[in-house]
Amino acid sequence: MTSLAPFLIFFVGAIFVLLTRGVLRSIVLLIIPIIGAANLLAMGEGVHLQATLFDYSLTVVRADKLSLLFGYLFHLAAFIGVIFSLHVRDTVQHVSGVLYAGSALGAVFAGDMITLFVFWELLAVTSVFLILARRSEQSFRASMRYLLIQVLSGVILLAGVLLRAHETGSIAFDFIGLDGLSSWLIFLAFGIKCAFPFLHNWLTDAYPEATPTGTVFLSAFTTKVAVYSLARGFPGTELLVYIGATMAMFPIFFAVIENDLRRVLAYSLINQVGFMVCGIGIGTALAINGAISHAFNDVIFKGLLFMTMGAVLYRTGKINGSELGGLYKSMPLTTGFCIVGAASISAFPLFSGFVSKSMVMVAALEEGHPIVWLALLFASAGVFHHAGIKIPFFAFFAHDSGIRTEEAPRNMLIAMGLAAVLCIFNGSYPWLLYSLLPYPVHYEPYTVAHVITQTQLLFFSALAFCWLKLTGLYPPELPSINIDVEWSYRKALPSLARWGLRLGRSLGGGLSTQLQRAIEQFLRQVYRHHGPRGVFGRTWPTGSMAFWMTFLLGTYLIVYYIQ
Amino acid sequence: MISAHYPALQVVIPLLGAVLCALVRRGSIAWLVALTVSWIMPVIAAAMLWQVLADGPISYALGGWEPPWGIEYRVDALSGFLLLLVSGVGAVIMPYARTSVASEIHASRQAWFYTMYLLCLAGLLGMAITGDAFNVFVFMEISSLATYTLIALGKDRRALLAAYQYLIVGTIGATFYVIGVGLLYSVTGSLNFVDIAGKLDAIENTRPLLSALAFLTVGISLKLALFPLHVWLPNAYAYAPSAATSFLAATATKVAVYLLLRFFFTVFGAGFVFETLPVSNILLVLSIAAMFGASIVAIFQDDIKRMLAYSSVAQIGYITLGIALANQSGLTGGIVHIFNHAMMKAALFLVLGAVFYRIGSVHIDSLAGIGRRMPVTMASFVIAGLSIIGAPGTAGFISKWYLAVGALEKGWWWLVFLIVLSSLLAVVYIGRVIEIAWFRTPSEACEGVQEPPPMMLVPIWIFTAATIYFGFFTDLSAGIAGKAAETLLGGLK
Repeated sequence: MTSLAPFLIFFVGAIFVLLTRGVLRSIVLLIIPIIGAANLLAMGEGVHLQATLFDYSLTVVRADKLSLLFGYLFHLAAFIGVIFSLHVRDTVQHVSGVLYAGSALGAVFAGDMITLFVFWELLAVTSVFLILARRSEQSFRASMRYLLIQVLSGVILLAGVLLRAHETGSIAFDFIGLDGLSSWLIFLAFGIKCAFPFLHNWLTDAYPEATPTGTVFLSAFTTKVAVYSLARGFPGTELLVYIGATMAMFPIFFAVIENDLRRVLAYSLINQVGFMVCGIGIGTALAINGAISHAFNDVIFKGLLFMTMGAVLYRTGKINGSELGGLYKSMPLTTGFCIVGAASISAFPLFSGFVSKSMVMVAALEEGHPIVWLALLFASAGVFHHAGIKIPFFAFFAHDSGIRTEEAPRNMLIAMGLAAVLCIFNGSYPWLLYSLLPYPVHYEPYTVAHVITQTQLLFFSALAFCWLKLTGLYPPELPSINIDVEWSYRKALPSLARWGLRLGRSLGGGLSTQLQRAIEQFLRQVYRHHGPRGVFGRTWPTGSMAFWMTFLLGTYLIVYYIQ
Repeated sequence: MISAHYPALQVVIPLLGAVLCALVRRGSIAWLVALTVSWIMPVIAAAMLWQVLADGPISYALGGWEPPWGIEYRVDALSGFLLLLVSGVGAVIMPYARTSVASEIHASRQAWFYTMYLLCLAGLLGMAITGDAFNVFVFMEISSLATYTLIALGKDRRALLAAYQYLIVGTIGATFYVIGVGLLYSVTGSLNFVDIAGKLDAIENTRPLLSALAFLTVGISLKLALFPLHVWLPNAYAYAPSAATSFLAATATKVAVYLLLRFFFTVFGAGFVFETLPVSNILLVLSIAAMFGASIVAIFQDDIKRMLAYSSVAQIGYITLGIALANQSGLTGGIVHIFNHAMMKAALFLVLGAVFYRIGSVHIDSLAGIGRRMPVTMASFVIAGLSIIGAPGTAGFISKWYLAVGALEKGWWWLVFLIVLSSLLAVVYIGRVIEIAWFRTPSEACEGVQEPPPMMLVPIWIFTAATIYFGFFTDLSAGIAGKAAETLLGGLK
């Protein structure tokens, strides 16, 4: 029997999810990734499904080592995510979660860029419901911003693909490399989804607004599809090395001062993706292996961390570091899992981050990027700081907030447990993961030097945290909103506008009101002409319709005669 | 052999059916007659299209009078495509009409509804099939008069005014058309499309010919509701009975577009119209104005039926845009959008008809939360709405793709940008309805509301499924449209 298209199982499964209720639905939800995984294991490398659209022949399913690895990963992530959300009684979330996972699978198995584009947009459309499902005003706004940016990324991608098809006559999704406008457009589209610096805002804006279970799904797929796409299309692009290093570093500062713990994790997500992007940029076999394996591990440990924070949010309804603390008394198991996740992301020996992150760093050294290596080293220390210590510390320890609640629901515990086991397994026995990587691995993570360097780094980082905390220098958890690149549109653009307005007519007054007034003025104009009473929207008298016909006739006649 | 007379049957059967409906006077029986007729028509149309694709155009001399003296019925890829579309849409809508009409039109008038529907069908099919310019006028009048009555049958009293306005401007439009045909006749002495085309080369660029083209263009532009001659359309669609709106929105303007194609490409010749004359530029400007102007108006509409009517005007802008591009991909996009837009707009209007049937209103406020009460129906709205936007995986994407490629072939980057930008306006007006229908707490009007009966639900989902199907498998839609475009463009270079 030939294999089915991986996404098809999820899409068809979503219909069954929609049609079933209660226990039956839970069973369906669990079975989908299992069937999918079985199908995937039976599927060998090669082209599995082709279709024709207009004049193009599409390669809908193309499997090679790279896409298969992401395929396994997404099935695993979907399975864990589904278990984690079993207790939820919300059709919207279940269905969109399954569709979202399916879209991600479709994207990584896409053999041509039109198929990729279709799933690229589907990723955006299906995932937005996970944010909307929080059903608050704030999440609605965040989801709309999210959707807009994601769809924009798709539109840019389409423009790039169109142009590229026009230039090269091929739509195959293979190595692209930066040459010419079309590749830059595609690169930009990937970059938006990958949360490149200055394009990352959608992530830290929307992910923390999603439902407790929704964020777990979100963290697994979108950025990883982008990482996959970069690995496929732009390996060895030097620009990526610097972009990746920047991505790994800058979120640390924001993560340290951020109060919303899920937003801290969102920043740390960017930071981890930075390592992967950097690895792809370096482009050697070791670096790519490192990037890919780190993507694999990141989905698991970042998922685990988001799950623990989701569980906290679910039980307490709070997620700000300043409001939490002392939860280890009521949620001991969750605390334990969170520590496993934190240890993994910080790359403690025997935990999963340890075996993959350093591959990228070693590759950076080997390829002669010592400054990048230092940046990544700094980033590693920073990760430990904000994700490894801050998350568990402020949520479960720190000052006792007095919150007494229950342990997370059983399904959540199972999902977290599963992820935790995987973290430790991959960390202690990395060779199974290594065997799945696109290139043969000659890397040995457990050398004395590596273990000692890493342990030193971690202990001194921990020491720094303790010292800062004890001396009171550590930024306190303040209930505040931090602005980063949003600054460009929340502050810089308006000031530019103010400057312009001042120049025009040296007027005082609040600039935001000026801008607001200008926009309102514009909208009022549009409404005046196009609203129900506007000239375009109202019912015309019969006479003026007749007049316009005559007018148009006259115009045509004149134009024809003088042509 | 009966199959030799298929072209005549396309017109004769609905006409006879209309008479029968008028005679029986009973709503239910009239419906049965209309249903039977509606289901026979696509079978014949499909048989003819199949024959055309296999053996080339069919020419049928009505009454045995050979063309160009007699009236010729001529079926080629384009008209066969249109015939199948019009009759197919009618066939799917008819089962739906029973319940919808019964709830919206007084029992004593239901038979008249079906009579008028069949007359309208006969007129539209006749316009598509005939190869005779004056015969087109006759069928145009048949379909228009029937349409005025159909609109006036609407429950809302404003329907009367809408029908009256359409009557006045529609008649002016038809008069313009007939003046154009008269001018053509005066210089060529013929009414047969193919025959006229053959005689025009010698007299290109003479004043009567240019005037004829101007009159025809404006007359037909009104029928197809090209901006700014669209103003009759929103009211007419908004206040007509739901079943009639769906049928008209999916077919009537499309046949007018067909007529425009016929005159531009077959009669006057693409070379003359698009290379000698600046028709392309005028059409381009008007199309873009429609795409944006009408979409923005749609955003501010509170009556959703009216909103969709404005959206139709915008979508017609895409079709005429394809004509204005006048290259293979662009024209294919325009023609395939005739088809795709028919599918999605029919689905959307049928959904609104079902909503009206259940809650008696299509005002945006009363739609709050209706997605939770009628999920199956409103899911269709979401899918068809995505198609209007042009989301990949739906039929609307295919049309816009071809249009974008067509624009690229001309090197008009800005146009691709405008196409995408105008799609974003559709995101706003469709998204607004989706947000209110699915994410608000249900309004009082929606209390205890259920899904509509299967007779309504099945037609809705046939169209919805079609929008998805034709988003992936385009042999039947874009394939035939491409063939038709190739034939039409034959005259160009």
